[in-house]
Amino acid sequence: MSLIEIRDLHATVDGKEILKGIDLTIEAGEVHAIMGPNGSGKSTLSYVLAGRDGYEVTSGQVLFDGEDLLEMEADERARSGLFLAFQYPVEIPGVATTTFLKTAVNAVREHRGEGALDAMQFLKFVREKAGALNINDDMLRRALNVGFSGGEKKRNEVLQMAVLEPKFAVLDETDSGLDIDALKIVADGVNALRGAERGMLVITHYQRLLDYIVPDHVHILAGGKIIQSGDKTLALELEEKGYASFVGAEAA
Amino acid sequence: MAQPVPFLEDFDAVLPGAGTGWLDRLRADAQEAFRKSGLPTPRTEAWKYTNLRRLARTGFVAAEANQTTEVTTVPEGIVALEDAYVAVFVNGRFAPSLSSLDGLSEGVEATSLAAKLSADRTSLEGQFSDVTDLPMATLNTGLLSDGLYLKLDDGVALDKPLHLVSIGTAGEEPVSFHPRHLIVAGAGSVATIVESHVGSGAYFSNSVSEVSVGDGAVLNHYKLQNEGPEAYHLAANLVRIADRAVYDNFVLQVGGNLARNEIRSELGERVECRLNGAYLACGEQHIDNTTFIDHAAPNSSSREVYKGVLDENARGVFQGKILVRQDSQKTDGHQLNKTLLLSPGTEIDTKPELEIYADDVQCSHGATTGELEEEPLFYLRARGIDPQTARGMLVAAFVGEALDEIQAEAPRAAFQAVVDDWLESRSERQG
Ligand SMILES: Nc1ncnc2c1ncn2[C@@H]1O[C@H](COP(=O)(O)OP(=O)(O)OP(=O)(O)O)[C@@H](O)[C@H]1O
Ligand SMILES: [Mg+2]
Repeated sequence: MSLIEIRDLHATVDGKEILKGIDLTIEAGEVHAIMGPNGSGKSTLSYVLAGRDGYEVTSGQVLFDGEDLLEMEADERARSGLFLAFQYPVEIPGVATTTFLKTAVNAVREHRGEGALDAMQFLKFVREKAGALNINDDMLRRALNVGFSGGEKKRNEVLQMAVLEPKFAVLDETDSGLDIDALKIVADGVNALRGAERGMLVITHYQRLLDYIVPDHVHILAGGKIIQSGDKTLALELEEKGYASFVGAEAA
Repeated sequence: MAQPVPFLEDFDAVLPGAGTGWLDRLRADAQEAFRKSGLPTPRTEAWKYTNLRRLARTGFVAAEANQTTEVTTVPEGIVALEDAYVAVFVNGRFAPSLSSLDGLSEGVEATSLAAKLSADRTSLEGQFSDVTDLPMATLNTGLLSDGLYLKLDDGVALDKPLHLVSIGTAGEEPVSFHPRHLIVAGAGSVATIVESHVGSGAYFSNSVSEVSVGDGAVLNHYKLQNEGPEAYHLAANLVRIADRAVYDNFVLQVGGNLARNEIRSELGERVECRLNGAYLACGEQHIDNTTFIDHAAPNSSSREVYKGVLDENARGVFQGKILVRQDSQKTDGHQLNKTLLLSPGTEIDTKPELEIYADDVQCSHGATTGELEEEPLFYLRARGIDPQTARGMLVAAFVGEALDEIQAEAPRAAFQAVVDDWLESRSERQG
């Protein structure tokens, strides 16, 4: 059984068809990368997988660990082990980052039958993960993402992934806005989660990230469809030639 | 035939201090004025959004004439303060057996207004403000009888908060009462006053609080309106803040069938005036916050943050006026009102009003009304948090921003607990 299997997925936003038949299968242990021009539907795909309201699936199927993902509510999907690192993390004034993390971690743990962590256990757990990502206590105390720099927000996304330990993670441009050091830190954080049981879908515009997080497969998404798939060399080829030749070839 | 005047018809109780010339006149004049004005109607601008028609129809009898219900314990729902002086009033009457005012330091006088009026017939002459433009406060003056009298001498610091607890109670018959509180904080004094308003049955509390904050004094004044579900609560707070004083006010309204808290503050020079609040309402509740900040002198600042959460068919009103007089240069006045509407049956009327006659000032106001936003909700849910918990977190965060304005730590925590309870019972209601 594949970790995730997307079959002929069509989705509309505000009545406009954005995803026009996506087929993609990811096995446990694999990392796939998606590259594609702006507006090609990458974030739309990630939102559809995460279960955001307003992203309507008009046809197709998604099996997650053999279960019908599209039947589940967004929070059920997350508790079942699906994670989306947002391209644009949301600022939530008045909700402390730690409180948020603790609520999320305990929701997921209880779903897995692991029992909730108490305040002390949680703090120890989160500090360890945060330290590795260069996130200090001050950031944890602050309101969620409020006043965080672009890079801090992205690191915070990876921290959330690290504490929730998902089976399948979609990282939507987690590398954009990161300086070189932060990119390495984030990549290390992602690599630390790679494992035989887990799968990842890494959305990026830059080949550079893929030097650190080496993908098993690379796909090009254009116009709501995957127009080409290959191994990691596809990303290098893309960097060299640009999208035009691929998109052109598809159109031809 | 003339219409009967509510509350004054058949009122024959002998009020404390009766027979004192100035007091008899004060009451008689006010009664006369109220007979002329009657209850305010929506035709009056100030009462456009809060309609007293149902109150008028209820047929309240004066609490003085109806002493059938005994109260032997302070009910739940008051602000949970560990350590405080407590002055309890039952249907507006001071209840010594429920109060604990022992150990007040020298220079602090805390007593019942009724006792004061009966014992000492001259000292309060001229102490009551003219409230002729406030019909309900005028009625209060007309029937003025009891309340808290608190006086802090110059330079005195109250060592713990004074907790004013008002308990309304009614049996078969709806009952009305008109407490009058006088709070005088001398120059350089420091104090925290907390009010809790609770009760059960159909009662109407029509209170007036007069607060005078002396030169350079610091007064924290926090009120919880947590009246019973059938109660009417109308309160006028008249606050005079002398030069260099700090007044930190917070009003949390969660109770009552219909409630209005009105604050009128007049600011001296270099004053810091903070009027903040929150209102949480559900069912058919109607909650009104009306404030008026009069920047009557230069170099003062006022800050106002009111946040509301309305659920089911609740209705909210926020009217906030800031007046900056011509000579009040360097005024800094900021007002914000935000209301969260949790269901389609809710309604909020918000009316900010800035009236500025000075040219060198910094003033702003803002008002927003809306539902919970989809984006943060989705973000929380995308982390495995169920929708009910996620909504609860966002609502708590929303109200939290107002609670954060409370400067004194222990009361802030106690008010937070009231909000948490409200949110919890809300999520239980939703099952
Ligand atoms: N609410 C909406 N209404 C209409 N069109 C929308 C809406 N949201 C997204 N779109 C459109 O869907 C298309 C795909 O957007 P999406 O965000 O998925 O692109 P993307 O591949 O992630 O781009 P980028 O690389 O810039 O992040 C775009 O053309 C966008 O304008
Ligand atoms: Mg995108």
